[in-house]
Amino acid sequence: MNGVPIPRDIPLPMPAPEGLLVVVLVIFFLMHIAFVNFMVGGALLSFYYELRGLRERRYDWLAHEIASTITANKSIAVVLGVGPLLAINTLYTVYFYTANALTGTFWISIVPLVVVAFLLTYAHKYLWHSLERHKLLHLSLIGLACLIFLFIPLIFLTNVNLMLLPRQWVEVRGFFSALTLPNVLPRYAHFVIACPAMTGLLLVWLFRRRSTAQLAGTGFTRDELLRTGYRWALWPTMAQFVVGPLALFTLPATPLVDPAILGVFGASILLALWMCLVLYVETNRAAERIGKSFASVCALMVAVLVLMGAGRHLHREAAIAPHRELVRQKTEDYVRRAEEAARASLPAEAPRSP
Amino acid sequence: MDFPVFHLDILGNRALVAIIAILHVLVNHGLAVGLMPLIALMEWHGVRKNDPRWDNLAYRILFVAFIITTTVGALTGVGIWFSVSLVNPYSIGSLIRVFFWAWFVEWLVFITEVCLILAYTLTWKKWASGEAKRRHVRLGFALATFSWITMAIIVSILGFMMDPGNWLSENTLLAGFTNPIYLPQLAFRTPLAAAMAGIVALFLVPFFVDRHDPFRLEASRAIALWTLIASPFVLLGGWWYYSVIPGTMMENLAVSAMTLQFMGWLNDFLWIVALTVLAVLITVQLTIVSRRGVPRFAYLLPLLAVFWLTGHFERVREFIRKPYVIGRYMYANGLRVEDYPLLRRDGLLAYTTYSIPLSPPEITAMPDRPTGTGYQGAIERLQRGKDVFMTACSRCHTTNGVNAVATHMQRMFGDRPWSPSLTLDYLSNMHNAQPYMPPFPGTQEELFDLATYLELLQRSATAVAGAQQAGSVLATPPGRSTALRPLEGRQ
Repeated sequence: MNGVPIPRDIPLPMPAPEGLLVVVLVIFFLMHIAFVNFMVGGALLSFYYELRGLRERRYDWLAHEIASTITANKSIAVVLGVGPLLAINTLYTVYFYTANALTGTFWISIVPLVVVAFLLTYAHKYLWHSLERHKLLHLSLIGLACLIFLFIPLIFLTNVNLMLLPRQWVEVRGFFSALTLPNVLPRYAHFVIACPAMTGLLLVWLFRRRSTAQLAGTGFTRDELLRTGYRWALWPTMAQFVVGPLALFTLPATPLVDPAILGVFGASILLALWMCLVLYVETNRAAERIGKSFASVCALMVAVLVLMGAGRHLHREAAIAPHRELVRQKTEDYVRRAEEAARASLPAEAPRSP
Repeated sequence: MDFPVFHLDILGNRALVAIIAILHVLVNHGLAVGLMPLIALMEWHGVRKNDPRWDNLAYRILFVAFIITTTVGALTGVGIWFSVSLVNPYSIGSLIRVFFWAWFVEWLVFITEVCLILAYTLTWKKWASGEAKRRHVRLGFALATFSWITMAIIVSILGFMMDPGNWLSENTLLAGFTNPIYLPQLAFRTPLAAAMAGIVALFLVPFFVDRHDPFRLEASRAIALWTLIASPFVLLGGWWYYSVIPGTMMENLAVSAMTLQFMGWLNDFLWIVALTVLAVLITVQLTIVSRRGVPRFAYLLPLLAVFWLTGHFERVREFIRKPYVIGRYMYANGLRVEDYPLLRRDGLLAYTTYSIPLSPPEITAMPDRPTGTGYQGAIERLQRGKDVFMTACSRCHTTNGVNAVATHMQRMFGDRPWSPSLTLDYLSNMHNAQPYMPPFPGTQEELFDLATYLELLQRSATAVAGAQQAGSVLATPPGRSTALRPLEGRQ
C-alpha cells in the first residue's frame, strides 16, 4: 500500500458489539433511504403532475395529493437517518470523517440546502390554494425544491464513495474532483431512478383503500390511480436492470472477488425480476382486481432492498478490510508508544489511562 | 489530528460550529422543549374552559413551531454532528465512543418526538371533540415530555465536555453521564427553555389575535405569568450551574464573555446583561399589570434579548472549558492530554499522516529566500511549520480571519519583524500567560518551524486553504519516528 495514507483511529474501544452497529447501519439506513425516495420522488411527481395540471385540471388534484405526503415523509427520512449516521460515525470513523473533510464545503452545505428545500416543500403544500392564481410562482417553489433534492444525493454519494478509496484521499482536490471518481454517477442514477419507482408504490398504498365516493369529482377512478402508481414503479425499475449492473461493476475494487457479494446482488436482481413480473400483471389487471398483489409487491421490494443493503455492506467491508487492519495496527502501536512515553515522563506529567 | 485538515481561514472553524449549534439551541429551547408544554397547557385550558379561542391560538403557535422545528431545528441538530466532525473529528469521535448508548436512546426518543409532533399537529383539526380531543391533549403532554427527555440526554454530554468527572478513572458511560455539571446544567436549561418559550409565545400572540379582541390581553397575561414563574428557577438553576464550574475555568470567564480584546469590559458587560434581564422581566410584568396591554413591537426587545443572552451563554460555555475540548482529557487541538509526552519526545509531525502543501503566495511571502540547497531546506522548514500550524493551531485560529494569529501577533509584537528570535519565547510559554491556550504539543524544533511559518503572516494576508479546497498529500517524514518504519514496511 505504498502511497496510501494510513491514519490512526480514535484510541477508545467500540461502545457496542459490531454486529449491532451493522444492523443499525444497514436496516435503518434502508428505512431512511426509502423515505428519502418517497420525499424526492414525491417532489418530482408533484412537480410533473402540477405541470400537467395546467392543461388538465384533474392532475392538479393528483399533484396536491402527492405534495401532501412530502412533508411528513421528509421528517421521517431525517429522523431515521440519525441512527445510521451514529453507526457509521462509530464503525467507520476514520473513513467517514476523512471523506467528510475532503469534501467539507459541500458536505456542510447539506444542512442549509436541506433546510431551504424543506421550507420550500412546506410553502408549496400550505400555499397551494393561496397561490392558485400564481401557478408559475407555485411551480417554481417545488421546482427549486426538486433541484435541491436532486443535488444533495450527489454530495452523499461522493462521500460514501470516497470513504472506500483511501488511495484517493491524497489525490482528490475538493468536491468536484471526488465527484468524478468512478461509481459516483452510476450510483446517483441508480438512486434517482429509484425515487419515482418507490413513490409509485406509495401512490398505490395511498389510493388503494379510497372508495369511488371518496374519489368522486377528482376526475380519476381508483383503478386508474393504482395503474398510474404501478407504472411509476414498473418502468423505472426496469431501467435499473441497465443502471444497476453499471453501478455494481464500477464499485471500488475489492482485493478478492467475494462470491457472497455477487450471490447477494444476484439474488436481488432475480427478486427484482420477479417483482417486475408481478407489477406488470398488476398493471394489466381488470379494475376490480387491481391491487390484489400489492402486499406481494411490497414484500418483494423489501427483500430486494434488504439484499442490496446487505450486498453493499459486504462490499464495503471487503473494500477496506486490508487498510482497516493497517489502521488498527497503527492505532495500537501509537497507544503503546503514548503509554510508554507517559510512563517515562513521570512524575513531571502524570499519565492517565482512558 | 490525524485527518485531512478541514479549515475555514476567514470565518474560522469555531464560528461554523457556533452558528449551527446556537441556532439549534434557540430552536430547541424556545420552540420545542419550552413551547410544547405551554401549547399543551393552552389546549388543555381551552378544553377545560370550553373556550375555542385558546384552542385556536395554541394551534397557530404550534404551527409556527412545527414548521421551524422540523426544518431548522431538525437539520441544525444533525448539522452539529456534521460541523464538529469537520472541525474536530477526534473530539466528536471520542464523544460518540463514550456516549454511544446515550445517543442511541436519544435517537429513539427523537423518533418518538417527531412522530408525536407530526401526529399532534396533523390531528389537531380531526380530533376536535369528546374523547378524541382528550386524547389529543394527552398527545400534547406526551410530546412535551419527549422533547424534554431529548434535551435531558444531550445536556449530559455538554456537561461531560466541561468536566468528565469520574469517567477519567472509571471509563464507564454511567460515570460520564453523571458528570458533576449534568444536573445543575439541566436545572438551568429546563426553566430557561420554559421562559424563552414564554417570550416566543408572547411575541406571536399579537400576530394571531386581533388587538381589539380582549382575548389578546387575557392570553398574553397567562403566557406572561408562565414566563414569570419560570424566571426565578432560571436564576436558581443558573446559580447552581455557576457554583459547579471548576475554579480553573472561571479564570477564562472574562475572555469567554468578551474575547481577549474586550476582556477588560467584563463588569460593564455584566451590568448590561443584568439590565437586559431586568428589561425583559419588566416587559413581562407590564403585560400582566397593564390594562391596555403592551404594544406588539415591545415584545421584539425581550425576544431578541433572550436569544442574544442564550446565544452568548453558549459561547461562554464553549470557551470557558479551554484549553480542553473534553475536560482534562482532550485539548482543543484534538490531542489527548496523554499524547503530549509522546509528541514532545518524538515530535507532532512524527505522527501526522497528512500535509497541505504550501501555496504559491506562501512561498512568495518568505522573508529571506536563500538560493541553492538552502532554498530547499527553507521550504521544507516552512512546510513543517505550516503542518504544525494546521495540526496544532487551526482548530481555533485562522491566519488572518476571525481570531487570527496575525492579529494576536500584531498586538503582541507590533510592526517589528516577527522573526522566531522575537516570537519563540512567547510561543513556548503561551499557555502560562493565557490559561485557555493548550501547551505546545511538539518538539522545540517544531516550535521553531511554527515560528518560522508565523513570520510569513506579517507579509501575506492570503487565506490558507483547507483540505476541502487544496486536498491533502502524504506528510513527508523528516521528523517521523524511525521506530514506525517497520510498520510501514508491512504495508
